[in-house]
Amino acid sequence: MADLHPLHVTVNGQAHRCSIAPRTHLVDFLREDLGLKGSHLGCEHGVCGACTVELNGQIVRGCLTLAVQADGGSVQTIEGLSQSGVIRDLQQAFVARNALQCGFCTSGMLMAAKELVETRPEATRAEVREWISGNYCRCTGYHAIVDAICDVLRQRKETQA
Amino acid sequence: MKAAAFDYVKPDTVDQVIALLQTHGDDARVLAGGQTLMATLNMRLSEPLMVIDITGIAALRGIERRGDVLRIGALATHTQIEESALVKQHAPLLTEAAPHIAHRAIRNSGTWGGSIAYADPAAEWPACLLALGGTVVVQGPRGERRIAADDFYLGLYTTALAPDEIVIAGEIPLARPGQWHGLSELARRHGDYAIVGLAASAQRQGAALSGVRLAFMGVATTPWRARRTEQLLEGKVPDAATQAMAVASLRAEIDPLPDLTNTPETKRHLAGVLLQRLLASAHA
Repeated sequence: MADLHPLHVTVNGQAHRCSIAPRTHLVDFLREDLGLKGSHLGCEHGVCGACTVELNGQIVRGCLTLAVQADGGSVQTIEGLSQSGVIRDLQQAFVARNALQCGFCTSGMLMAAKELVETRPEATRAEVREWISGNYCRCTGYHAIVDAICDVLRQRKETQA
Repeated sequence: MKAAAFDYVKPDTVDQVIALLQTHGDDARVLAGGQTLMATLNMRLSEPLMVIDITGIAALRGIERRGDVLRIGALATHTQIEESALVKQHAPLLTEAAPHIAHRAIRNSGTWGGSIAYADPAAEWPACLLALGGTVVVQGPRGERRIAADDFYLGLYTTALAPDEIVIAGEIPLARPGQWHGLSELARRHGDYAIVGLAASAQRQGAALSGVRLAFMGVATTPWRARRTEQLLEGKVPDAATQAMAVASLRAEIDPLPDLTNTPETKRHLAGVLLQRLLASAHA
């Protein structure tokens, strides 16, 4: 049983063809097979959000997604977003607001924050808190993280005005 | 932890899923959004020999109006429901409930059909389906059948779904003019399962309510309707006196199960608080 399955997936713009055990979840594939260690694993049951990555343009829990389910799809990790520069303002705001702390939750926080600032440009501080409450920070750096995201919402609005 | 090894199949049709379920029985598990199943696999609370991924079945997608119902395909994600203009128009209770379901990354994957079939008594969709008088559409080897939400939830994680059937859609009667709805829940953190939650609907007849349905989350082994209190509210204007009477009725009627941190007495109190809030909003 449990034969390897073919997997054809585009990760950060680069196509990969390989075979994978069905039980492998997406973040183990990214970290162990592709060496992309930016996505982290905390709880492995969907609670902490450290594994958050983009699958086909939306954030998902990488630990609650099988790698085979990404077959034919496209994945963005923190490495891809960093290289393309699309979240440079978020990253700079996290630095400026001291929102990085130990860094373990940061990649997931940035992935979640990216979808927030893109889909809810009018979000209030309360909505930012609610959105980001799906990601745990073990240093409890929440206020600084919320501050940083609110800064970016404000900056992006000013830039567009 | 990591999941134990399993075989993985991704059928293209519901008939193939049913055939696989008939062949493999309890050794197989159906995977849709996976937001519950994957966690139980990772923790090895479940060790199926086969996972049947139904996300490739196009017929299970989509949200559409069909006659006098809104039909939501089993694979519609929580986010798709949250953002659907059709849902907002015809079943606005669902639009209001969706943001209470976990967090965005989970809502992007988790599905309507998965939540209905899993039947967590603290989850939003089963309670909303009950509150709106919805119907679960299932398909098995004997074809398709429709089960009223009132008859679907039998016990803890137990439904009227047969082992060789799957949920293919859930249907909601279209909201009529004058429909009132409300949703309120208390959770330790926004997005967590409700300690107690209440989904409610009624028709307004002038200032009075009729056809009141009160579906509670997190109080029983299934989503639970407070039928005696619903009857009491029938034809009443939900003013302060009626609110007090309804809360007293509910607290006499409800017999909540405790959870790890809340006693039955706490939940009984909280259920009354939620009912009072919603009735006040119905009167506003």
